[in-house]
Amino acid sequence: MAIVAKPSRFSKYGRPTVAWVVGLLFFFPIFWMVLTSFKTDADAVKPEHLIWFTPTLENYLNMTENYDYWRFAKNSVITAVFATAFTLVVGIPCAYAMAFNPSKATKDVLMWMLSTKMLPAAAVLYPMTFLTKSAGLFDTHFLIILVLSLINLPIAIWMLFTYFKEIPKDIIEAGQMDGVSTMGEIKEILIPLAWGGIAATALLVFIFCWNEAYWTVRLTTTDAATLSKLIEGNRAPEGLFFGRLSAVSAAAVGPIVVLGWFCQKQLVQGLTFGAVK
Amino acid sequence: MGRIQLKNVTKSFGETQVIPPLDLTIEDGEFAVFVGPSGCGKSTLLRMIAGLEDLTSGNIEIDGDVATEVPPSQRGLAMVFQSYALYPHMTVRKNIGFPLRMAKMEQAEIDQRVETAAKSLNLMDYLERKPADLSGGQRQRVAIGRAIVREPAAFLFDEPLSNLDAALRVGMRLEIGELHERLKTTMIYVTHDQVEAMTMANKIVVLRAGVIEQVGSPLELYHKPQNEFVAGFIGSPKMNFVKGPEAEKYGAATIGIRPEHTDVSMTEGAWKGRVGVAEHLGSDTFIHVHDTGLADMLTVRVTGDISVKHGDTIYLTPQADQIHKFDTQGLRL
Repeated sequence: MAIVAKPSRFSKYGRPTVAWVVGLLFFFPIFWMVLTSFKTDADAVKPEHLIWFTPTLENYLNMTENYDYWRFAKNSVITAVFATAFTLVVGIPCAYAMAFNPSKATKDVLMWMLSTKMLPAAAVLYPMTFLTKSAGLFDTHFLIILVLSLINLPIAIWMLFTYFKEIPKDIIEAGQMDGVSTMGEIKEILIPLAWGGIAATALLVFIFCWNEAYWTVRLTTTDAATLSKLIEGNRAPEGLFFGRLSAVSAAAVGPIVVLGWFCQKQLVQGLTFGAVK
Repeated sequence: MGRIQLKNVTKSFGETQVIPPLDLTIEDGEFAVFVGPSGCGKSTLLRMIAGLEDLTSGNIEIDGDVATEVPPSQRGLAMVFQSYALYPHMTVRKNIGFPLRMAKMEQAEIDQRVETAAKSLNLMDYLERKPADLSGGQRQRVAIGRAIVREPAAFLFDEPLSNLDAALRVGMRLEIGELHERLKTTMIYVTHDQVEAMTMANKIVVLRAGVIEQVGSPLELYHKPQNEFVAGFIGSPKMNFVKGPEAEKYGAATIGIRPEHTDVSMTEGAWKGRVGVAEHLGSDTFIHVHDTGLADMLTVRVTGDISVKHGDTIYLTPQADQIHKFDTQGLRL
């Protein structure tokens, strides 16, 4: 009889258990937030109402009626969508150039781009605020879109670069021999072939844009304020209203969780693509 | 038209010069084969003609026009890659029609040309398939189809058959040969396989370390190799080389004798040796002979089947008019 490896008991029962525990651990804050959002501010801090309470929609109604949730949501959508689009429009040609026509400096350029992510954002807070105010860009969609694009470009270019590297150079060269211009090559060959990777990059950038708080809170007041600003705004001076805060947070996180849920296959594929040829 | 001239062309990667100054002319309609061991610069040379690799110095002219700075897409050349390099997201029809679509040709014209090409390459049944659903031979035919629809000034083939199995390779070799007969377009073909070079070329360019060792027709190279390297590279099995006193008898530092130009006897002859391995191919027998005192091993080719055993004593006699003589530099005398 042939000798074959038998799965250990751990891999049969242990691993799924560990996976479930980790999964639940990650999910718990979301669950708790959603639960709290259906409590009144008074119930939210009472231990006896930890699990058992009378659910109410008060927080959500309050949010849409008094806090103009939809305006913040609209700003979030506008800035995230345009910033993602802008990031891809700049990032794809950039990653293409580095993947298929690398120079001696390509590695350094990549490292330099990554190094910008190591700079603490707080270090440039003052100059950024000063500059945007004097340029008259403070609290505009344009500014937020620009900032979101710039902070996400390094990671987007890195991801795209990795996906593009997977495409055989021969196919790109075949395109050149077949008389395609550089833009044609990106459109006809690169984008269709790297579609999965581009979609994963777009999704991730969109999520980062949506969740960005540091800059969106500090560089906006009303006109371009996003959902992060709304959450921040509910950290009211009168004290912490947990119910209201949870409702706002749930409504801010909700769309991105739903998006992530529907695109999880795409995301996982995109993020692990390249690990195995 | 497709006359390609390389003038004083060089190529360096960093400090390493892979192609020292080189001149070469490929006439319109020729089937030129670049052949040489791996790393000899033959693919680099082809890619330089294609425009996929920059020249370090020198010029490339296509039909008399300097093309050195012209991007690959504008050179009017078509290339067939070793890996086929088909567009995996397109059907066979789209793949073949792609260069025409890029040239903004009308759809009706594209369809007609694609079908003509597909018919000639036996691809009519596969037009709606994606490359992943095709066999290696079919993929290579699609790659050729994509090249021919454009009616290029010249075809460039970069080891197109090395990914195919042996039987298919012979078939495709004939197909490419017929294609050349039919189209009469210049073809430049890179291979490390001297059999492909011998069977397909009008003109063989033998390269070693970026240097052209010899340019000539297959039979010129076979009968009159300029040096030991070409003599050893062209012909299968390889030419036997004998040095020392035996060579001096012929007034040379080295003599070369092809396996097929050696007479064999079990009783008498010029050189005595012991049979090592005998390869029986049916039509021919290759006998590897040891202990001749002339070289480590001599190979002889005998037509038909001959019964020899390992360890048998054997006598070899080189055919006097077929002996190649080389000087101490390895150059033909």
